Formats: sequence, structure tokens, C-alpha cells
Amino acid sequence: MVMQGSMMKDESNNDAGKAMASSRSLALWIFGIEALLSLGLWWSVDASSPDWTGRIDLAWIPEWGVRFTIGIDGIAQMLILLTTIIMPLAVLGGWTSIREKTHAYYALLLVLTTGMLGVFMSLDLVLFYVMWEVMLVPMYLIIGIWGGQRRLYASLKFFLYTMIGSLLMLVAIVKLGLYAGQGGPPVFGYDAILVAVQAGSVPGAFWLFGAFAVAFAVKVPMFPFHTWLPDAHVEAPTAGSVILAAIMLKMGTFGFVRFAVPLFPEVAMHPTVRMVMLVLAVIGIVYGALVALVQPDFKKLVAYSSVSHLGFVMLGIFAMTVESMQGALMVTISHGVSTGALFLLIGMIYERRHTRQIEDFGGIAKVMPIFALCLTVVALSSIGVPGTNGFVGEFLVLLGSFPTQPWYSVVAATSVIFAAAYMLWAVQRIIYNPLVKPENEALKGHDLNWREIGLLTPLLIAIVWLGVYPKPVLHKTEAAADRLVRRVEATRLSTLPAPREGER
Amino acid sequence: MTYDLSIPAQLSAALMPDLLLMAGAMVLMLFAAWRPDSDEHQRAVGYGSLGLVLLTMVAVVYMGLSGATAEKGGVIAIDGYRWLVDLVILLGAAGTIALAIEHNGKDSITQPESHVLVLFAASGMMILAAARDLMVVFLGIEIMSVAIYVLAGMNRRSVRSAEASLKYFLLGAFATGFLLYGIALIYGATGQTQLNEIGAQVQRLELVSDPMFLIGCGLLLIGLGFKVAAAPFHMWAPDVYDGAPTPITAFMAATVKAAAFATFLRIWYESFYYAFNGWANVVAALAVLTMIVGNVVALQQKNIKRMLAYSSIVHSGYLLVAVVASSALASTAFTFYVLAYTLATFGAFAVVAAMQPAGETDARIADYEGLWHVRPWLATAMGVYLLALLGFPVFGGIGFFAKWYLVQAALASPAGLTRLAVILVVTSVISAGYYLSVVRAMFMKPRPDGAAAPGPVGPLSRAVMAVTVVLILGLGLFPSRLVGISSASGFRPYPFSPALQIGTPFGPGR
Repeated sequence: MVMQGSMMKDESNNDAGKAMASSRSLALWIFGIEALLSLGLWWSVDASSPDWTGRIDLAWIPEWGVRFTIGIDGIAQMLILLTTIIMPLAVLGGWTSIREKTHAYYALLLVLTTGMLGVFMSLDLVLFYVMWEVMLVPMYLIIGIWGGQRRLYASLKFFLYTMIGSLLMLVAIVKLGLYAGQGGPPVFGYDAILVAVQAGSVPGAFWLFGAFAVAFAVKVPMFPFHTWLPDAHVEAPTAGSVILAAIMLKMGTFGFVRFAVPLFPEVAMHPTVRMVMLVLAVIGIVYGALVALVQPDFKKLVAYSSVSHLGFVMLGIFAMTVESMQGALMVTISHGVSTGALFLLIGMIYERRHTRQIEDFGGIAKVMPIFALCLTVVALSSIGVPGTNGFVGEFLVLLGSFPTQPWYSVVAATSVIFAAAYMLWAVQRIIYNPLVKPENEALKGHDLNWREIGLLTPLLIAIVWLGVYPKPVLHKTEAAADRLVRRVEATRLSTLPAPREGER
Repeated sequence: MTYDLSIPAQLSAALMPDLLLMAGAMVLMLFAAWRPDSDEHQRAVGYGSLGLVLLTMVAVVYMGLSGATAEKGGVIAIDGYRWLVDLVILLGAAGTIALAIEHNGKDSITQPESHVLVLFAASGMMILAAARDLMVVFLGIEIMSVAIYVLAGMNRRSVRSAEASLKYFLLGAFATGFLLYGIALIYGATGQTQLNEIGAQVQRLELVSDPMFLIGCGLLLIGLGFKVAAAPFHMWAPDVYDGAPTPITAFMAATVKAAAFATFLRIWYESFYYAFNGWANVVAALAVLTMIVGNVVALQQKNIKRMLAYSSIVHSGYLLVAVVASSALASTAFTFYVLAYTLATFGAFAVVAAMQPAGETDARIADYEGLWHVRPWLATAMGVYLLALLGFPVFGGIGFFAKWYLVQAALASPAGLTRLAVILVVTSVISAGYYLSVVRAMFMKPRPDGAAAPGPVGPLSRAVMAVTVVLILGLGLFPSRLVGISSASGFRPYPFSPALQIGTPFGPGR
């Protein structure tokens, strides 16, 4: 009940914010309050119970069977916390760099947050779709209005890629709703559809899964659908990149965990489909790392490293063991933290030097020691050095996927080496090489200010804490991951061809 | 109350709103001729027309709420479908007149008759919405079209307006020829002109593969396809929409289309349902062609009126999907869709009209660059209309639910139109390209140096924008009420029989 209250307040805060977000401090206040309120979720969600916590169920469009249903479980809880904690930091990160049309900018951030939280909370497929699309317009405008040089191209590409996937998902959702309604009015409640899907095989399940999978794969982004991501990340303003990387990419993986896999387990676990997904995940891991290696632009390097990290998440999901699933969720969280921090750091140095080209820097550690320290810690966590958060997730994914998918995990493991290569090499060129450029010498005395240190501190704490003592997070997600894996496995066993059963 | 339509007095009573509008229009016509043309007189007649439209709306709502029905099949229908379409038509007429009162000054149009012609066109449309007899359909189409031919050429100082009028008139005359010939052949095949009687004959005589009947259907399809601007009968639309005065363009793009589709749907559902296998593939192909052609060509447009013209062609393609879907659900999805489409189109054209400087007719998308920096509210409103046309949730409000409803109708249709639904959503991704190009120009590009600030927006145009934005966003968050109203006013394909086996366009599949 505590949680329900806090969630309601979250929603109403956002609505109020939309109308009157008159300044950056108001936005910061709203996000700050929201973050504090959502901290209550940590204690109020009973992760082990199979029920949804704080379920709210209101009629919205009864004629179409569309309801306003929200509720959260252990997985959603983590992502909601990630969102509410990243948002105020993202606002602080763009504190001084956003100078034009600030009112509209912060209003859009608030709308965006409503959409993101809505995606994680929705238990009605139509509501989910609406929330899924709601994020699109604010992000499109944020990239397009406050972005860099090629912002027009990047924002349109981002919009179109996401939209083609999600509109196919729309058709699939309607199909599913009509199927669950069984001739009567359609039903779109998540639980009801889950029951209907388990009761019998859905006609055309392969295509429905495909429609969901494409929508989510674009967002993740999986290998062939990833080309929007470097453009969008590079052109977006700092807060936009942080939100894109830390939260919005997670919606794709969340979609797989919440919708695509549990609704169509027999398709998702079909050997061919599974192989395709795993191959694409592994290609993403290796390809992202290799492309990151040759990027001259640091922001683009981080963007490609996201492709690689998210490949780990997909590997973990489709390996379908409890460990790999938990690892996937852990990578999701820790990628949000470390990549968010990386983009914030890039924003800070960009504000000072107005360049992101790695070769323009060198020897920054001598003039900005605090910045150098932060960047080193965050880079290490992004590589996945033991003792940081990045290690835990990737290790769990590899551990969990090795028994069932040895070859894929062997190939994926090589990317840890590549990650070290591209990240350490970039860090070396930025902060450690000799200080020869006069522009960089001029940075002396412009080290991080208190605002910047303050906003990085929670992320650094999270990096170390999750790396040393990840148990609380793992504990929270364990029950949900376990339930998912067992449900999928059960369906797989029940759909095995009958003769095999007889052979035993 | 139940009307017996064979008694003239009761027939007149059932036509009360239509007659009210026509009689009022005639009185206003006399009043318009009373004084020499001037801007004041034009305004006075305009306000009078607006009042008459609102009065007719009240009459329609009264008739709708009175629960009137017809005793048995007659030449006109008395059902919720008719009243809802009437409301959409009157909403469009009100929007047109409101915009025209202020826009006429920019085009130097001083003839007060321009408003009265809108009223006559609207009454023709209302007859179309009611028609249950092919002769009445023809009557309605002619009343509507003749008024529109004149309205398209209302700006006598503009060469383009004259071209638009002549083009529309010549091609429209051809289309009427097709229509009439189609009616004749269908009469020849069935011996009937009344829609339900034709439907019964099609079933009794098994006309699904009868050449004369099918050719008649085809000719009717061509005639109506021209009126709704479905590809490949759409070639007139961009030129006519571009040349006509902007409020009239809105009227043609939204309201004429709604009325023509209303009768299209009724004819196809009531008369040709049993010949589904004969025409479904053709209409589905027409829908696909219209969606693809409209969307792809719209991408190339630099002129916003032409872009919106192609976008209206695209929406015809979407609505053709509702015709193929052939179910009660599809008819309700249709009424919901045209309402959403009318709101968004009128809003968009209100902005276009407000942005046009006096005398000049070329409305380039480039003129909208940086609009957000000088006119934030105008730009935001335009953004809402474009997103509504795109069918985007929350920001496009009701536009999303309209598309949702249509997809649902296609998927739930007994014919199982999954592929058609997929084509619908895929082509609507293309439409993001041109709708967003305007959004991009308004929000993301800087205002060009030396660009003249758009003139002040008149109170009536503001009212049109405010009403449309509020309705689009409000109904987009709480569509439940409207869904209830539209689903109560759907009608089933007649003669309805769930046992009828109908094939699937583009082969089997579901």
C-alpha cells in the first residue's frame, strides 16, 4: 500500500510537472521527490510473491476490453528504481548545457519519464503500447531540438526505426487480444492473455512473436537493427544520451522478459528461433566491441559498447537458465549505471572542450585529476573488472549460459578482452598520454565542480556496491527470474512431441 | 417513434434536419442576394450560416436521441449511423464556414454565396448519409458535387482556383457518368434500386459471378472511388486541393470524403454483401494501391496543401480497409475514424489558412521553418494535428484510437484481413516521413532570416483550433464515451448471416 501511494504520487507528480515545469529546479525537485518516493519500493515490493505489488486496475475503454492496469514485480522494481535515480542525475548533467527553451526541455523530460515508468508498470497490453509510444515523441524532440550537428537525420532515424517495430507489435497485440477474447470483445490484460496463451496454442504464434521481437530488438538494439543507436546517441544532448543508454534500451530487454518470451515460450524456445536470437546476440557482442575499437569519437565508442553489452543481456535471456536470466538483469542495471556515468562524463568534458574526438585529448589527468579518477573507475566497471558492477552481470550470464549454450558463451567471453582493449586504450589516450595540446593545458583549474562531483557520487557508489555486494539486487530478481524460467521450461516440456514421452 | 416512409408526411418528418438545412440555406441565399457584395455582408451571411449549421446539429442530435426507426425498408435510413455521419458532416461545414469567414478576406472573396454553397453541399452530404436507394444516392452526390465545383473556383482572381474548378468539374462529370451507368446495370441485373432489395436479389439470384452485376459494381466503384480520391482515381485531388481556397480544401479533404464513404459503406454492406467474393479482392487491391501511392508520393511534396492532399488520399486507403472488413465492427470503426480524421484535418487546414499571407496561394512547407520560435502555440497545435493524422497515441490523441479501431476491425473481420492490416501499419510508417518533416521544420530548424512573421490569427480560426485540439487530446485520453456512441450506431451488413462463407482477399490465411 505504501508503494501504491508512492506510485500514484509519481504519476500525479508527472502530470503536474507537464503543466508547470517552469524551470530546471522545479524539474529537479520533481525528479528528486520521485526518486525518494520510489526508494520506498525497495522495501515494499515483496519480490518472492508471484502477485503484482501495488496493482491498480481501472476501466479505461471497457468496450474494447482495454483497462488501466499497473503493477510491478521484482524485475520491474529494479528498472523503476534505475529510472527514478538516473532521471535527477540526467537533469543535473544538463544543468548548464541546455540554454534554449528550457521550459519545453524539462517538460519533455517529465513526459518521457511518465512513458518510461508506464512501460515498466503496465499490465495491460494496450496501455503498454501507449506508454511505449509516448516516450518516442519527447525523445525525438529532445534529440532534434537540442542535439548536435546531424540532429535532424539522427532524430528521424530514431523515430522511424522504433515506429516500424512498434506498429507491427500493435497488430500483434490486437491479434492477441482478439484471441484471448475468444470471439467476444477483446481482452488485453496481461494476466488474462497469459492464461489464454497457456490454455492452447495461438494460431500464427510465430508471426506474433516475430512482431513483438522486432519491436523489442530495435529498441535493445540487436545486431541488424542497431544502426539508429550510434547516430541517436552521438547527436543527443547529454541527458538524452544518458536516458537512451541507461533506460530506454532496457525497455527492449524488458519487453523480451515480460512479453515476448513468456507469451510465446514455445516459439521463443524453438531450436531455430533460439539459435537465430543467440547468434544475433553473440554477433552483437563481438561486432559492437570490434566497431567500438576503431571509433575516433568517444561518444560513439560508448554507443557501440552499448550494442556489445546489450548483446550479453540477450544472450542471458535466451540461454534461459536462472543464473543467466539474473545475469541479464544485472547487466541491464549495471550497464545503466556505468554507461549513464560515461555519458555524463563525456558531457562534462565536452562542455569544457567542445570536442569528443579522442585524439584531441591527452594528459587530462594532470589538469583534471578528479575527472580522471572518475573516468577510470567508470571505464573499469564498463569493462567488467572484478569488484565492479560490470563483472557480476557478465560473469553470471557466462556462467548461466555455458551449461546449455557452451559455444555461444565461449565466443561472447572473448569480447571481455575486446572491451578491455577499446575502453582502456581510449582512456589512456584521453587522460594519460602526454599533455601536449595547449587547449588541454588550459583546462587546469576547471576540474569537476561540486555539482558534477555530487551527481557522479551515487553512480560511483552503485558501481562499487553492486560489484562487491550484489546480493540484495540478485535476491530481489531471483524469484521473478526463477518463475519465468520455470514457466518457459514447463511449456517447452509440454510441447515436446508425444512419441518421445513414450520412449522413456 | 417509428416512421412509415411510404407516407409523404412521415418521410418529410424523418428528413427534418435535412429539410431544415435546405430551407434555411434558401432563405440565406435570398438574404445574400439582398445587398451588394462586400466583406461585411459576407461576414453576416457567414455568421447566419454558422447559426443554421448549429441549429441543424441540434435537430440531428434530437432525432438521434429520440430513438426513431423506420417501419420497414424505405428510400432513406433512420439509424444511428446516419445521425453520427450527419454530425461529422455538420462539424465539417461549421469548421469550413468559420475558417472561410476570416480567410475570404485574404483571397479577396466578397461573395456571400460562398457560405450558402457550403450549406447546400452539406445538405447533399446529409442526403448521402441517409440514402438507401441508388437514385437518392445519385441525387445526394449531385447536390453535393455541383456546389463543390463552384466552391473550388470561388476565388475568381486566381488562375489555379479556376483550373481546380474546371478540372474537378470535368473529371467529376465523367465519374458521375460511371456512377449512373453502374446504377443502370445494377438495376438491370436486379430490377431494384433500393439497397436492401438489391441485397436480397443478389442473394436470391446468386449474382456473385453475374457479369452484368459485377460490371455494375465495378462502375459504381469507379464513380465512388473518384469521389473519395482512391488511387488510381486520385489524380485530380492534389491539383484541386491546391488550387481551391484553403477552407474549401479542408471541406473537400475531410467532409466530402466522409459523406462519400458513408454511402460507399452503406451500398457495399447492404447491397453487395452476398457478392463479397466477387468484389473483395478488387476493393482490397484498391486499398493497398491507395495506401502505397498516397504515402510514397506525399513524401515528395514541398507544398503543404499538396502534402495534405496526398495524406487525405492515404486516409481513403485506410477507410477502404473498413469497406472490405464488412462487419458491424468495421462500420463503427468507420464512423469513429472519420470523426477523428475530420478533427485533425480541419485543425491542420486552419493552421495552413492562418499561415497563408493574403493574395498568395503557394503554401510551402519551408514557410513553417522555425515557427515554434515565433508562434509556439500555433506550432504545437499543428504538431498535434499531424501526430493525430499519423495515428500516434497521447500526442495525437484520438488519431491513435481511430487507427487502432480500424486495425481491430480488419483483424476481427470474418474475412480475416491480417495482411491488409499489416500493409496498413507498414504504410503508415512511411507517412511518418512527411508528417514529421513538417514537425521538423517547425521545431528543429531555425527561423530563416528575414522571414515575415505570420499574420494575426482571427478569433474564429482560433476557436476552430482550440476546439479541435481539445477534442483530439481529450478524446484521446478518454475515448470510452465516443466508442460507446459509435458502437451503438453501427449497422450490420444486410442481409446479415453469420453462416455466410466469405473468402479472404489475397488468398486464404488468417
